[in-house]
Amino acid sequence: MNSVTVGMADLNVLKHPGVLVTLGLGSCVGIALYDRRTKVIGLAHIMLPYSYQAKNNSNIAKFADTAIYKLVEEMEKLGAHRASIVAKLAGGAQMFAFESSNELMRIGYRNAAAAREILEQLGIPVVAEDTGGNYGRTIELYSDTGKLRIKTIGHGIREI
Amino acid sequence: MDISDLDSQKLDVLTEIGNIGAGNAATALSKLLGKKVEMNVPKAEVLGFREVAGLLGGAELPVACVLLSVDGDLKGIIMFILECSAARGLLDMLLTFRCEENGMLFTELEVSALKEIGNILASSYISALSTLTGLRAMPSVPDFAVDMAGAILSVPAIEFGKTGDSVLFIKTEFFEGSNRVAGNFLLVPFVESYNVLLKALGVITDE
Repeated sequence: MNSVTVGMADLNVLKHPGVLVTLGLGSCVGIALYDRRTKVIGLAHIMLPYSYQAKNNSNIAKFADTAIYKLVEEMEKLGAHRASIVAKLAGGAQMFAFESSNELMRIGYRNAAAAREILEQLGIPVVAEDTGGNYGRTIELYSDTGKLRIKTIGHGIREI
Repeated sequence: MDISDLDSQKLDVLTEIGNIGAGNAATALSKLLGKKVEMNVPKAEVLGFREVAGLLGGAELPVACVLLSVDGDLKGIIMFILECSAARGLLDMLLTFRCEENGMLFTELEVSALKEIGNILASSYISALSTLTGLRAMPSVPDFAVDMAGAILSVPAIEFGKTGDSVLFIKTEFFEGSNRVAGNFLLVPFVESYNVLLKALGVITDE
């Protein structure tokens, strides 16, 4: 099966059959989109919530807002229909306590919140979510059923 | 100054900073363990986000990390990162008794010991830097996590994500010969500190 790895601040899409993987999500959020009708899938590994808050925003895969728009656009190019796309979110952890005491404050939480907001604007429902906590996640998105497999160190493996 | 303005001459200077800081830290670790501690030549590297996770041997590699933030004239993050087996080896040298094994997880006492090692290393590193540059820099209390290298390294990466698409790491590898304990010490100065550092060292002058 076609397996494609999505790096940090990166996104990718593919047609069934295939798997999209992203490794070691910390405070970053993995945004997994799945078109139930055409089985086109898309995955983004975003680092920051909104592109307009950054000085340098040329890398659209880095931000929740621009990455989601781009992801949907790329999926539509492969034949996906926005009306049948659903979303799953994973990541958005707080890896270290110190993050709460400086301006990196709750970046994971803010990333997940931004992803939800943009998805709502696009009318894409978030059907499952595994965000927060203080641990990293590796995720795999399967095109056959849209299942999202989440692997952790010391916090088990689960599917959503 | 931006990260893209770091030419090879400036990176060399930052490497030398790593050399002086890490040399002091290695001496401190050696005293603490009562053993000889060696280090590799430090490397100042600018990595794109997609390369960051590979810095320590793969995004999913389980590692133990002691992290301190640095504040003052010089701002950044310090990370002392070891593979879990190396962290165990280090604890074996430091503690006279062996805690109950529970896989990759560490007991409260072990975490506390690792944090203290990180604290001592970071303080020695920073104090050498301060003496050399005359800059004021204070490490925070140490924080600890055991997790995938990618998730741990995303912490400095996100900070750099606000201004660019790459991260500067000043990396030094430590190892203790006989027991094959190796660890990585990373100084990650924030972009706003490059000017301050290079000015203090006379590499650049006021523009």
